[in-house]
Formats: sequence, C-alpha cells, structure tokens
Amino acid sequence: MKFTVIVNEGPFIHQASDSALHFVKAAIETGHEVEQVFFYCDGVKNANKLSAPQSDDRNLVKLWGAVNTEHGTDLVVCVAAALRRGITDVNVAEGFRISGLGQVMQACCDSDRIVTFGD
Amino acid sequence: MSEYDPALDEDDDVNEDAQKFMFVNRKAPYGSIHMHELQEMMLICGAYEQDVTAVFMDDGVYAIKKGQQGAALNMKHFSPTYRALDGYDIEKLYVEKESMEARGLTPDDFLVDIEIKTAAEIGALMEEQDVILTA
Repeated sequence: MKFTVIVNEGPFIHQASDSALHFVKAAIETGHEVEQVFFYCDGVKNANKLSAPQSDDRNLVKLWGAVNTEHGTDLVVCVAAALRRGITDVNVAEGFRISGLGQVMQACCDSDRIVTFGD
Repeated sequence: MSEYDPALDEDDDVNEDAQKFMFVNRKAPYGSIHMHELQEMMLICGAYEQDVTAVFMDDGVYAIKKGQQGAALNMKHFSPTYRALDGYDIEKLYVEKESMEARGLTPDDFLVDIEIKTAAEIGALMEEQDVILTA
C-alpha cells in the first residue's frame, strides 16, 4: 500500500512526530511504500537543523533525515508554514526539502491512504 | 504524471480526476494556528480543483461565527476568508449539529452558508471521501 504521512506537531513537545516516525519505519519495513512525509503547522520544526537536544535524548531531526538517507523517502516541508516559523534554506536539515502545499495535494491523490499525526 | 498546475487551466471545466477531500475543522480559531493553516490548505486544495467538503465541528464551529474581531487579539483576522471559499468552488460546508447545539449556536450565527448535519450524517459522509485532512 502507498501511504502519505502528514506531521502537524513539532518534535519533543508532542508525541506526533515520534509516532509518525515509528509508523513510517514500520510501513517501509513491512513492504509498504511511503510516497511522502509532509510537515505542516508546527511539524515544520522537525526540519530545523539547529535543533540540538541533549545527548541522551533522541534527535528527531536526524532520525527523520536518516529515513530519507536510508529509504529515499521524500520529506517535504511546507514553505508557508516554515517561513512563518523561521525554517528556511539556511537552516533546513539534510534530507528535507521545502516546497508548497500543492505537493501534499498531489501526494494525497497518488496515495492509497493518508495518515495524519497531530493534536 | 506531471504535477497539475492550476495556473495553466483557465477554463471552468470540471476536473475529471478530482479526488474527494474532506477538511475537518475542529479547533477554536485563535487559541492555536491550526484553523488558520487548515484554511490555507483548503484554499490550495480548491485551487487544485479537487472536490472539497469542509466540516466544522467541536470548537471548530466558532471559526465561522459572525462578529469575530481577531484584530483585538492582534491576530490575523482570517474568518472573512471563509466567505471566499465559494470562489474556489468550495460550496459543501457542513456544521455538526451536536457541536453547534452544545455551544448554544444556531444556523443564523454563521458567516457563510452552511448545512447542518448530525454526527452520524457526517460520519456517513466521511465514508465517501478519498482523503480526510485535519490540522
């Protein structure tokens, strides 16, 4: 099955990003396809490379980046939501790309299921 | 498949490939940015000529209540934009009856033309959708 996953909350403040990450990994490991992970609302903060959690905590920005490196999963950050929160080409983390809402609309049309993680 | 560009399509033909998108608006309008950003998502979806349904339920019914003064909170006053949904061919606007009544609202309180549906009816409508989005 082909999934599009939407993440609407930032890392560390809410479980949404962790749950989405686990979902994406599990989907890929069990043979499904993840067409796109789209980061919207505070979800764009998952792409801030300046994020520096303490060393004994998980680093969600890097964990997401690794999903792109290992599986080629498209990690799209909404440009309008990102600019509003100070995420730009200057500090967007490796593995993510900044693009428009049209990207998620297209992905929704091309996927079998859309799963949203948020509050 | 190349990405669909609405700017290139200036006629009013119905998009035969349109998917059925439902947007579930369920939060109060100014306590968080969710309703504002979901509105932006709806507009883009309309611009892409998808078949859009908007549902307002829970505290989301307040987003389309008349007489808002967002500026008093120094917030962007985004409620008038709901009236522009029509310009994007977004005409299926539903308010959940139970949410409306629980908050002492009536159909006259809303700033756009809406239809009242029960939770069960909205549930049935959800079954018909290709995509359901919320924020």
